[in-house]
Amino acid sequence: MTAEADDDLAALAARHGLSVSGARPTLREYIRRLWARRHFIAAFATAKLTAQYSQAKLGQLWQVMTPLLNAAVYYFIFGVLLGTKHGVPDYIPFLVTGVFIWTFTQSSIMAGTRAISGNLGLVRALHFPRAALPISFCLQQLQQLLFSMAALVVILLCFGVPVAVSWVLAVPALVLQFTFNAGVSMIMARMGAKTPDIAQLMPFVLRTWMYVSGVMWSIDQLASKNDLPRAVTVLLEANPAAIYIDLMRFALIDSFRAGQLPPHVWAVATGWALLAGVGGFIYFWKAEETYGRG
Amino acid sequence: MAENVNSRIPTVVADGVDIVYRVNGTGGGRGSATAALNRILRRKQAEKAAGVRKVHAVRNVSFVAYRGEAIGLIGTNGSGKSTLLKAVAGLLPVENGHIYTDGQPSLLGVNAALMNDLTGERNIFLGGLAMGMPREQIKERYQDIVDFSGINEKGDFITLPMRTYSSGMAARLRFSIAAAKDHDVLLIDEALATGDRSFQRRSEARIRELRRHAGTVFLVSHNNKSIRDTCERVLWLERGELRMDGPTEEVMKEYEAFTGDKAPKKPAKAAPKPQQKAPVPAQDTKVALPS
Repeated sequence: MTAEADDDLAALAARHGLSVSGARPTLREYIRRLWARRHFIAAFATAKLTAQYSQAKLGQLWQVMTPLLNAAVYYFIFGVLLGTKHGVPDYIPFLVTGVFIWTFTQSSIMAGTRAISGNLGLVRALHFPRAALPISFCLQQLQQLLFSMAALVVILLCFGVPVAVSWVLAVPALVLQFTFNAGVSMIMARMGAKTPDIAQLMPFVLRTWMYVSGVMWSIDQLASKNDLPRAVTVLLEANPAAIYIDLMRFALIDSFRAGQLPPHVWAVATGWALLAGVGGFIYFWKAEETYGRG
Repeated sequence: MAENVNSRIPTVVADGVDIVYRVNGTGGGRGSATAALNRILRRKQAEKAAGVRKVHAVRNVSFVAYRGEAIGLIGTNGSGKSTLLKAVAGLLPVENGHIYTDGQPSLLGVNAALMNDLTGERNIFLGGLAMGMPREQIKERYQDIVDFSGINEKGDFITLPMRTYSSGMAARLRFSIAAAKDHDVLLIDEALATGDRSFQRRSEARIRELRRHAGTVFLVSHNNKSIRDTCERVLWLERGELRMDGPTEEVMKEYEAFTGDKAPKKPAKAAPKPQQKAPVPAQDTKVALPS
């Protein structure tokens, strides 16, 4: 068939109700398809997590051992060697909570950046809503965090932090943080799919972000001790990573009081989650048909 | 074919399809830092100068596939067969033209979703879910998949990680998982060559069965016999262009003369082959493309 027949072909396709292959579905249809793949998203996340330690002799025990060892290193450096407390009560629980919660955001975003560019084989072989990949990677990190949280509970009890009703607040805090992470991951996934070089740049961005997020120090104390300009304090406190870390500390550690939280903290946390979650999802969907180009 | 247009139902319509790959860090700049900088600064205006190499894998291909047809795709290595198949599946964007399909064509291939560190059992579920099968359906077909793959013939291997399998066993399991799903338009990329002789016979039977259920089957193969056994129509791609489209025997005869397989009587046609092949960029760059 020659090029002159082009119009006929398009008309023929239209007459028989054929649709353009690989075209981007509507947002509603996209969400429907993504929901239909929810079992795949969960299975893929769990499979990735399991595969991680499948060659180790201790196997899945490492899921809890790794965060515990991490915490032990921080205890050794900050608690024993430096003896720093930064004037923070329950400094070790404060620090370990910060590290675990930050790691969740950091690894989600890192995995999200490579979600498309690192899985081109999968993208080019099978048909599924591509958002399944970044979401699945975030889910894997969430599962990882739940293991870390188990270790965290042990640490909290060891350091004499009492079990409290406020621990329940960890659940909404995690839901919000997961939504935020997934949203940012989808944004990074689209950018990383177009420019894989971003994956090289992200560790530096993320490290900078970590240092301003109050993982190892208290934003609240810094703000009250030093005469920081009002704008800087607001910026530090509005940082979503800092918000989610402080929410978790507030939920788990009894000596971390509500007064140390920035104002309207739950509203800000929800706002960030919705902004990143919805915005990231739409931004990712907009380029759905371009993922997988060589 | 024109007289058939009204009487038969088309399932895949390719309308002047061009497919172009862009490969970073090749060509003039050879991936040097200056070339990369050039690429960032000059972006689209000077893609070629900046070391982005365009590989025109498929050029202006048009065809109509009808329900109930089994179509073979043939051509020498790097002629764009697999690329065209991926575009029909909607997995590669087309540069120009359109591909219209009835429903969602699926590629028979699930390799990329499987993980070597997981057991065969978990991979069956993972692969099935990746292809979009509901959980219940996978459970229902689980035993069939295991039996078909023959993995458990020599002991309980399905509960071992896939990395412990021999390459033949792994290939058999992959095919078995991929073939477990029902498809409307089925695209098969050289899947028939896996496993030992008895498995090959089983997979050919399974392909025929899939064909009965599927509306249309596309088969890419370098095995002329399996093309003749399975297909009644053949598209011959050469250097990304559709060289011939017609009944299997007719096209195969020309193709074999071209490749010099069974036509030593026409050395004149076979002789210019090296010259024709040498300047084809698609062949050189094939290694960079997904298999």
